[in-house]
Order: sequence, then C-alpha cells, then structure tokens
Amino acid sequence: MSFTKNLIEGTNFDHTGLNALQKVTLRAVVMAFLFYGLVAIEGMIMRMVEVGHVAGNPLPEQFFHAEHFFSIMTVHPIVGIFGSTYQLVFGAFTFLVPYLTKKPLYSIKVANFTWLMITVGTGLAWIAAFIWQYAPLYTLYWPLPADTHQFNVFGGIVFILGVALIMVGTLGFIYNIYATIFARVGVHKNKTTSELLISGFGIDGMLNLINKLRGKQPYTKEPALALPVVAIFRGTVDTFLDALVILGAGILVLVYLVFDASGHPLDVSAIDALLYKNFFWWGLDLVADGLVLIYVAGSWYLLATLITGQKLFMENVARAALMLELLVSWMVWSHHLLGDQGQPEMMKLISGEMVTAFELLTQGLALFITLVTLWKARPLKMTMELKYLLGGLVGFGLAVPAAIIQADMGMNRVLHNTQWIIGAHVHIALIVGLYMTLYSALYVLWPLVTNNTKLYSHKLSNAHFWLHLIGGIGMGAFMGMAGLDGMLRRHLYVDGQFNPDMIFAALFGTMLLVAWAIFLYNIVMSVGIKGLIGIFLPAKDKTASYGIEDELVPADDPAFAK
Amino acid sequence: MTFSNSAELLSFHWVAYTIYATMIISVIAWFGYNLTRKEAKSVFRIPFYWYMAFLVAGGVGHHIFTYNTIPWVSQDIDRHNITPDAKYEFEIEDHKWIGLPEKIIIQCGQTVEFDVHSRDLVYGFGLFRKDGSMAMQMQVNPGTDVNGILDSNDILWTFNHNGLFDMTSTEYSGPAEYSEDGEDLMMVKDFVEVVGCTNGGEK
Repeated sequence: MSFTKNLIEGTNFDHTGLNALQKVTLRAVVMAFLFYGLVAIEGMIMRMVEVGHVAGNPLPEQFFHAEHFFSIMTVHPIVGIFGSTYQLVFGAFTFLVPYLTKKPLYSIKVANFTWLMITVGTGLAWIAAFIWQYAPLYTLYWPLPADTHQFNVFGGIVFILGVALIMVGTLGFIYNIYATIFARVGVHKNKTTSELLISGFGIDGMLNLINKLRGKQPYTKEPALALPVVAIFRGTVDTFLDALVILGAGILVLVYLVFDASGHPLDVSAIDALLYKNFFWWGLDLVADGLVLIYVAGSWYLLATLITGQKLFMENVARAALMLELLVSWMVWSHHLLGDQGQPEMMKLISGEMVTAFELLTQGLALFITLVTLWKARPLKMTMELKYLLGGLVGFGLAVPAAIIQADMGMNRVLHNTQWIIGAHVHIALIVGLYMTLYSALYVLWPLVTNNTKLYSHKLSNAHFWLHLIGGIGMGAFMGMAGLDGMLRRHLYVDGQFNPDMIFAALFGTMLLVAWAIFLYNIVMSVGIKGLIGIFLPAKDKTASYGIEDELVPADDPAFAK
Repeated sequence: MTFSNSAELLSFHWVAYTIYATMIISVIAWFGYNLTRKEAKSVFRIPFYWYMAFLVAGGVGHHIFTYNTIPWVSQDIDRHNITPDAKYEFEIEDHKWIGLPEKIIIQCGQTVEFDVHSRDLVYGFGLFRKDGSMAMQMQVNPGTDVNGILDSNDILWTFNHNGLFDMTSTEYSGPAEYSEDGEDLMMVKDFVEVVGCTNGGEK
C-alpha cells in the first residue's frame, strides 16, 4: 500500500463498523494523545530555558521571560494530568467497565459530555495562560491566585472556569461509572446494591481472607465485581473527593477575582494560607497518592491476567489491599508540608512520614502480585503489551521509593521544592510508570476498540517503546541529579547554572518528544486521516457495550436509568 | 554515623539511590528476559511474608535511620525548647526582604535561629552554597495571629563547616520575583558566612 493511501485510508480500519462505546472511547484517547504532544512540547520549551543562553539554543528570547516561563509551567500539569492522563484513563475505563461487567455503559451522552468538558476546560486554562499569562502554578498557594497586582483578573477567571469545566467533566465520568456498576442488569440482575458495594470496597476479599484463617468456607467464591472493576470503583472514590476539593478551591478564587473585577476587592488575609494549603494538598494528593496508585494497581492486575490468561495470584489479598490503599491515600497529604514550620509536628510525623511509608507496602504488594502472576505463566511471548507493562513496573519501582525517601523530615529539608521531586519522582512516575502502563492497556485494548485493525508498523512500536523508556528514565534521572545539586523546581534559571545536567535532561526529553511523534505517526498510518475524522462522527451502531451478544438495555434509555 | 551537613547527606543519598535504581532496573530486565524462557528457574525464592516485612522495615527503618543520623531532625522537632546562640528575624513583602542584616557572621558550631515573616504571599527561605547546592530551606507562609502579629516561620540550624551562603526564596511567588532578564531579585549574595572551623571542616 502506498504512503498516501495509508495516510488517508489506514490499514484496514473502518470507523463505520464501530459502535457508540468504541467511538466514545477512541475520542477520549485521541484527545489524550494530542494533549500529550502539547505537554511534551511545553516540557521541552521549559527544559531549553533551563539549559540557558548557550550557543546553539534555538529558543526565542521571549521564552526566557518570567511571565512566559511560569505561564507555561502553570498549564503544563493541567494539560498533562487532566487533558492527557485523565482523558486516557477515563476513556479506557469507560470501555473497560461495561466490557468487564458485561453490561452496557449507563450513558454514551454522559461519556461524550466528559471528554468534551475536559477538552474545552483544558483549552480554556491553556488560553488563560497563553493570552493573559495567568501563572499561579497548579499549587494555587493562597493568596497568589487572587493576586491581581501580578495577574490579569480576566485571565484568572478564564483559567478557573477552565479548571471547573474539567472537574464537571470528571464528575460526569464518575456518575457514569457508578451508574454502570450499580445497574442491576445482566450478570448483576439478581445482585443487591449492598452486595455490589461490599464487592466494590473489597470487603468480600477481606472476609474471604478472615474465613480462610478461621478454617471456614469462603464468604464468596465468585465476587460480584471483577478485581479491575474493584480498583476502578475504589480509585473513583478519590477522583470524586479530589474533584470536590479542586472545585471548592476554584470557587474561592473565582469569588475573589469577581469581586476584584467589580471594583470591590476582598481581604485575602481572611483565608489562612497554611490551612488552605492543608485543604488543597489533601485534595490534590488524592490524585498523586490515591487514584493514580489505585488505578495503576488495578490496571497491572488486569493486564497480568489478560497477558497470561490466568487467574491473579493472591486475588483476595489484592482486593483487601486496595481498600487499605484508599484509606492510606486520605491520610498522607502532610508529606507535602514537611517544610512548613507552622504545620504541627505530630501531623508531619504521622501523616507525612509514617502513613506515607505505607505506600511502599501497598505499591510493593501490587508489584509483587503482578510479577508472580506473570512468572507462574512463563514462558510468555515478549509482546508489546508485556514490554510496556514491565516498563510501567520499572517506573513505579523507581518513583515510589524516591517519594518515600523525600517524605522524611530530614531529607525534605534539602529536597523539598527541588528538581529531585519533579524529576526523579513525579516525571518518572507519570511518564515511565503511568504512561507505560497505559500504553500496555492500549495495546491490549487496540483490537477490541478498533475491531482488529492492523497496526501499521511493529518496528515503529518498538522504536517508540525504547525511546520512551530511555528518554523518560534519562530525563527524570538528570532532573533528579540537578535537584541534588540545589536546582529548585519552581524557579527560573536563564544562565544554564545547572548544566550539563539540564543539557542531558533536554536530550532525553527530545527522545520523549520523538517517541510521541513516532507513536502518533504509527497510529495515523493505521487508522488513516479518514478514520481519525470518522471517530468523531456519530456512530450508526448505538450499542453501548462490547462482547455481549444481545445488548440488554440500550444506553440513554430513560428506563435503564430507572 | 552522623551527617555533619547537608552536602554529606546529599552525596550519600546520590550513591545509595543510584545503586538502588541500577538494581531495580536490572532485576526487572532480568525478570523480563526469563519470562520468555521455558527452562528458567527461580534463582531464589522470596517468601511473601518476608517480602512484606522487608517493605515495612524499609519504610519505617528509613525514618529511624535519618532520625539518628541527620542532626537537624530532632533539633527541628524540639526547637522551641532549645536556646539558639543567635537569632535573626526579618520580613518579606512585595518580593523584597525587609529588615535584613547586611551580612551574618556565624562562628563554627553555632546554632542559629532564623525567623521569617511574610506580609503578603507564600515565599520560601533557603541558604545555598557557592556551588549552588542547597544547605537548607523552609516555607514562609503569610498570616497573623488574633492580635495581628505576623506568623512565625522559624528554623534552627547548626553550621559545622566554613563557607559563604547565598539566600533566596525557595517558593514561587509570581513572576515579579524576576527582572526582565530573568535575574532573581530576591537573591542575596554572600548573606551568611561561617568562620572558625579548622580546615573548613568541623571545629
């Protein structure tokens, strides 16, 4: 097939054969990868600024200005976490929950609303930073987001509205997922809500363990919900709480900005900065230490069972551990406040250090269960999904201990707010740990979501894998080393003070950018431009499930909602 | 074993984490290779409960280790019961330091208290060696008590090595901290000097 024909038609992709569930899944995935490209370019711009005014740096002078630099830094996590990661995860789970529960999705309309809200919201936040250079950073430390001496008030309002739309879309996803899980149709026709709740919270797994220790029969041999659905159920609790906190903070900022715009500014000192930090970090940390870790553990379990075709090792322990992870995620936020001298010492010790250390246990357990499940099924073929899964395990194997090390009152004094945290921990966790897990899921789901579309090039998939893995670890490592040399994470350096670390970080970052371009090219050549456009056209087949011969109840039917 | 300053700790940390990172990457790579081999046998078996005990020991033991080897941990927790050798108190407003002494000279081994107040935004307070590495830092939160007195952001630090230290804010407080050329306007060069240590080391 010629290049042009491939580019337009793809391999054997037929968008008209996709049902409503497949299309809405692919829409979110497409937007997620477009935002990923944007965030990779933003990251490279900031990295090149940190390389400084050295010969050969092609960056125009305007990028070195503080207003410009920090407005990019403000939207970088919004685009990366919400525009890309949230969309990718939500898209995958919108498909997986109906697929695994063998029930239709509650509402295709709500699923479309979700990806549209997140896309528009991310776009608005980006525009606020681009046009008005609104730059309080994602931390929104009070009273900086309401500081209209430094920032344009309308820019602030647009930014907050953007974030609010993202959270409204997130609430739509949450409603859709729970409505699907609790729908008493199909295999759950005879289940009660309490049975589904008990399974969702993993209490059945815990009771099975207790009964086993007491030598009794298991509480249930067939739990109501599959383990990955339990992880999605559990992680979505944190997604909900996090959305409420971010919405709450957004409303607060919005009130101050609107009063300011009306010529009647409110007193910012009415809000206690440290109390606000506690409130905001409690919510924000539910993303980093809650839903991400729980969703990832669930994804590992799903991938390990799908790749091996075998039952998960120690499934009851895994179910019970997900409950522990949920409780732990609610009590660890103080590790972000170890450098705040006003924070009570007991909170630093208990929440910041001791409870946080439990994450080593919960994530270590997920790693162990996944590895043993794979090991027991050997020999396995080294498929793309297995490669990416192992890459994801490496990512969290590196990033979680890096986090536990810095969540310590001694270490935090010299690591807080340095590039160590954002490099060795955050970027390795997200780029290597989370994204490689998601790429693995993508390769597993690809034939299901695209009706067995042939991938354009296996060689390009391999090139993407190695460039992404080496680029991600390399960039994170050199950022981390710069942090140990004293480089701050939210600081502007224009003279290349931390070279050669930043030069190496930029080189590895370039590998990440090239990896994304290769991946995008491979996907476009597989589905074709026609197919890509077709994904966004209405589906003729309104089926909202996958793999069920006769759909039980059509989606968006009011009777189903009842 | 005790770290006499943060530079020693950071060097130790660099070595320890590099060894760990190399190990975990190698283990997963070895694991992946053996997953594809039919004849692969376990080199060693890790009993589940030993593995969990190892994780618990790692998570808790790490804090016990740092408490016993990093001197500023216990000093920080107990700082309100310790009388410092000297105390310096200053404020920040509109990205400017207010009431700064021109230069602080500290004798080797002295324990000094820095108490920083903010009148508007969240800032940071950090001391950096001349090679750019961080000696220590803390957050500086704004706020007042019921009597209108600015909240305290205090830290005790014992200086055991000679040297000159620059000071700047370690927390982002908006682009107004920087000039048009990207210069950090809150940077105070050679703000602290430690003298009296023999050969630059401990007293």
